[in-house]
Amino acid sequence: MTKMTYREAARSALREALRSDPRVFLMGEDVGRYGGAFAVSRGLLEEFGPERVRDTPLSENTFVGAGIGAALGGMRPIVEVMTVNFSLLALDQIVNNAATLRHMSGGQLSVPLVVRMATGGGRQLAAQHSHSLEGWYAHVPGITVVTPGTADDARRLLLAALREPDPVFVFEHAYLYPMEGEVDETAGPGEIGRAAVRREGRDLSIITYGGSLPKVLQATDVLATEGIEAEVVDLRTLRPLDTATVLASVARTHRALIVDEGWRTCSFAAEVSARIMERGFYDLDGPVQRVCSAEVPMPYARHMEEAALPQAATIAAAAREMLPRRG
Amino acid sequence: MTDLTRARGLALLRQMVLIRRFEEKAAELYTEGKIRGFLHLYIGEEAVAVGAMQALTADDNIVATYREHGQALVRGVSAGAVMAEMYGKANGCSRGRGGSMHLFDVSRRFWGGHAIVGGSLPVAVGLALADHMRSRRAVTACFFGDGAVAEGAFHESLNLAALWRLPVLFVCENNLYAMGTALERHQARTHIVGKAEAAGVAGDSVDGMDVLAVEAATRRAAEAVREGAGPRLVEARTYRFRAHSMYDPDLYRTKEEIERWKARDPIALFTAALREQGLLTDEDIAALEASVGAEIAAAVAEAEAGPWEPVENLLRDVHTPMDR
Repeated sequence: MTKMTYREAARSALREALRSDPRVFLMGEDVGRYGGAFAVSRGLLEEFGPERVRDTPLSENTFVGAGIGAALGGMRPIVEVMTVNFSLLALDQIVNNAATLRHMSGGQLSVPLVVRMATGGGRQLAAQHSHSLEGWYAHVPGITVVTPGTADDARRLLLAALREPDPVFVFEHAYLYPMEGEVDETAGPGEIGRAAVRREGRDLSIITYGGSLPKVLQATDVLATEGIEAEVVDLRTLRPLDTATVLASVARTHRALIVDEGWRTCSFAAEVSARIMERGFYDLDGPVQRVCSAEVPMPYARHMEEAALPQAATIAAAAREMLPRRG
Repeated sequence: MTDLTRARGLALLRQMVLIRRFEEKAAELYTEGKIRGFLHLYIGEEAVAVGAMQALTADDNIVATYREHGQALVRGVSAGAVMAEMYGKANGCSRGRGGSMHLFDVSRRFWGGHAIVGGSLPVAVGLALADHMRSRRAVTACFFGDGAVAEGAFHESLNLAALWRLPVLFVCENNLYAMGTALERHQARTHIVGKAEAAGVAGDSVDGMDVLAVEAATRRAAEAVREGAGPRLVEARTYRFRAHSMYDPDLYRTKEEIERWKARDPIALFTAALREQGLLTDEDIAALEASVGAEIAAAVAEAEAGPWEPVENLLRDVHTPMDR
């Protein structure tokens, strides 16, 4: 095991993929000479050259579409869209092409495309640079949505994405890039569609993913000092969703709190809640609860932004509220 | 074109007549309720698909729009497979998942009918990028209408293809209307070749009612693309004789305008040219019509006889099966 940042772990996967498969190439805005807006691809242009590390114009719709076409043509493109906010300019290609072409052609083709993008808020970037829209993408059949929450997953889930025959969207939370974690660089690809229990506990299940994972783990550390043992389920993949792991945890703890940085209305948390209601209702000792972002475009001022986003303190408070009063 | 032989002339004419008669039959079947959804007829524009396709080889990629019956048929997708697709049958070329707007035949590198205007151009650029990176000496021909030039994807795609010198042949079928909005009502500058040149893509404009002119222009452009000159654009000025789709009451253009263009029917023009050169007789026309008629009758029979996909297969082909 090596200690490295989430950013370095993602880069490790990119390098490994570029080294091992000549069909793999990386393209996106500033991935080459600049080294990536979040420095994930730094050094790759020097190592692999401009044919395989391609700087694109600011035309998200077209370079995502070109990724789809290149995948049809026998390549294994990795497209970096700088952030989820800009991916909205590529929604046509993602929803109308990447997700549909296989089915619409009667199964004649596959689109082995990996699209990576930074997601999430918390850096005082205001309303146009702070979205968490991975839940939207998880709505769409035909694509896979991966949300690594640890450095090891940043590497292993990206390697796994490259093995998929169909489009995979990898959401890397911008807040996680500098975070360090233990990474086993000899380990193979992770498993898409498999959640992980990050902490065991008997009192309630906190279900989360991506950038909210560290906040949840901070909250559970505090709760533990109060004698509350929370189990933490990291979804890792939003589509396909590992419902079985969620339900098994809820069956043990009988309470479920879902933490999701998306807005509450129509959030991914709503989907997780619905699945628990449908299949785990009789295991519950109380209503499912959610901690999501406030229903407001993200404000710039630090204290306002902090209030809008899920925080360790609000997560811990929500957990306490769910448990019977003691004493 | 001076080297037009009788055999080649007949072959081109037959392809155009096949598209025309196939679509006339499709319109009839639509009114009978055999074909549903949107049906966009190509009638009047046949010389574009037929002419352009002569310049392409089996190794080249084709990306088309939702008005793509003509391209599919000329590319060699059988009339039966196309008709069955429009019926929604399992023996359709997209197993009944696509319909008229989404004909696919990957074995012929026919990468689909695409129904979002402009949405197919980036995909075509990507196919060309793959060929470039794999050192495949192929052209990706991307058909689209004049409506698409209003989309950002048009400008972005031409720029990217030019920037990376990718082997894309952009074929703009300018039928003067984006659905019901005339080109001069949606573009400040209607000169499409000028738009291409602004992106660094050399373009050529051609009479889209003249099959030989379309072929010649496309051949020049395709050869340049194949030689590594980067992308090219061919604008074929054409006209659809029928409404935009079966739902369109066609209120936005005059009868006189339609009649003016019908006087330049590409099939009639080419028939007259062949006759003038002594390459076509009345017997030839009768034999050609009989052969096309038989092909279409067989296509309809194939569609009628085709099976419905079992509804148990509803979720099939959303993802590619793989061993995990």
